[in-house]
Amino acid sequence: MIEIVHPGILASIQDLGRPGYRRIGVGLSGAMDELALKVANIMVGNPSSAAGIETTLGGFELRFTRDTSFAVTGADADVTLDGGAIPCWWAQDARAGQVLKARSPRLGMRTYVAFAGGIDVPEVMGSRSTDLKGGFGGFAGRALAAGDMLDLHEPADASRLKRGFGLSARKASLIPIVSEEATAVRMLPAAEWEVFPPLAREEFLDAHWKVLPDSNRIGYRLDGAALDTGNVKELLSHGILPGTVQVPPSGKPVVQLNDANTCGGYPKLGVVIAADLRKFAQLRLGGLVRFSLVTAGEAVEALKEQQRVLQQIATQCTLARRFVQ
Amino acid sequence: MDSRSDEPELHFSAMGEAALLCQTATAGLDLSEQERFWALADDIEREPGVREVVPGMNNLLVMFDPLNADPRALAALLTDRWASGKARAVAGKIVEVPVSYGGVDGEDLNWIAERAGLSVEEFVSLHAAGDYTVYALGSQPGFAYLGGLDMRLATPRRETPRPRVEAGSVIIGGAQAGVLSRTTPSGWHIIGRTELEFFNPEEAEPTLLLPGDKLWFVVKEIKA
Repeated sequence: MIEIVHPGILASIQDLGRPGYRRIGVGLSGAMDELALKVANIMVGNPSSAAGIETTLGGFELRFTRDTSFAVTGADADVTLDGGAIPCWWAQDARAGQVLKARSPRLGMRTYVAFAGGIDVPEVMGSRSTDLKGGFGGFAGRALAAGDMLDLHEPADASRLKRGFGLSARKASLIPIVSEEATAVRMLPAAEWEVFPPLAREEFLDAHWKVLPDSNRIGYRLDGAALDTGNVKELLSHGILPGTVQVPPSGKPVVQLNDANTCGGYPKLGVVIAADLRKFAQLRLGGLVRFSLVTAGEAVEALKEQQRVLQQIATQCTLARRFVQ
Repeated sequence: MDSRSDEPELHFSAMGEAALLCQTATAGLDLSEQERFWALADDIEREPGVREVVPGMNNLLVMFDPLNADPRALAALLTDRWASGKARAVAGKIVEVPVSYGGVDGEDLNWIAERAGLSVEEFVSLHAAGDYTVYALGSQPGFAYLGGLDMRLATPRRETPRPRVEAGSVIIGGAQAGVLSRTTPSGWHIIGRTELEFFNPEEAEPTLLLPGDKLWFVVKEIKA
């Protein structure tokens, strides 16, 4: 078992989300940085879809109640096991009684912890993710709290790790943002792109948008010079997806994310490509983001490239696990 | 049929590299068009490479696997299926929704009735007399977008949404009516409350309502 000692600002159980239920209003949920959770799972010998913990901005602490392999990925955070520093993107064994802490990240926002076997909470509608707005899934349908005790599944690969191993996160660009620079995000234009005044489109692409502090898993609200919405009107409600860049009457864009409503009616400039969505998981509040347009072909290439990187990491991890057992 | 000039044409736009939004240029809400979108959704859902379909208000979002489906081919297929004119008229169930109108749980009732130039009793009886159809579920789990609101009751949304509106709140937003299935922020106006539960994730059929169902609001009481 795992005991949550401090959850930090927001910690929740997430897997790869709950697809397939949008037509009844149930959104995706799931890990915001999907690649980070997948890699953490692979590092401990899990299927990449196993449930782990997503933590936000550190302040997180847990205690192992039995010997368990674990992995930490995501933000470049200051992580310790019983006070001893652990690199980020790292896997090793913990003994019963040891305490894992994740402090506020130097770079990035969300840290993922996976455990051999994966967290054992009931599947609700095909997923173990917490739907925080809907109040179901994950642990009792809510964010983790101090004192919560989490069960783990028996791992399929029960081998112990004699030593830890890790990935050179910065070198491999596994943390998708760079400090001090505006994070570049690619998107495909959506239905109303052409309806916005040309100047507004230009300003949207030129601006370095600032992430407002009330941004969260539902969406990122961006601050900058308000865009002229011209003759663009509200629309009949239609299905929207994580990455949809809407412009409400305020003229300040909102990027819808994993916990967003499934339908909306604000005019939309575009939809962020799948390969770049994880950048929002690691983009800090107060951080800067800028947008560029790409074609569907380029978006698909970026997705293939991300899958190729993941495949390479999986191969490396399989080798590393053999080496450290 | 020789001429199809009045036929609503399907327009496509990308929603990222893995989804297409299908819409028509028809103004306002149209139930017969919605019935065609329901049929199109059922039809296309079974196609290889299609991941998920999301019927909206006179529109349809089609999500696909971009590594195994070509959006142009998919658009051509959708155009073809739409042109068949197939509709799915749903003989949905009728759900009675008992409502306590007004009071603290319906705090906007007095002023939006006044805005509409109606007494509270007139406003409530018009609201309860409506024959509402569930067009689509969306926004939040089990939330039904309803068509059929008497236009005299339509009220533009709030400038600023309330941060927290209770589940069961009976609400009006523009020309749309609904009942909140989950406590949530909302910019719609609150006119009453029902005890009915609209979403239970533990059930095999998690939502009380499905597209095509009819909703009848029943006046339980009107509070001052």
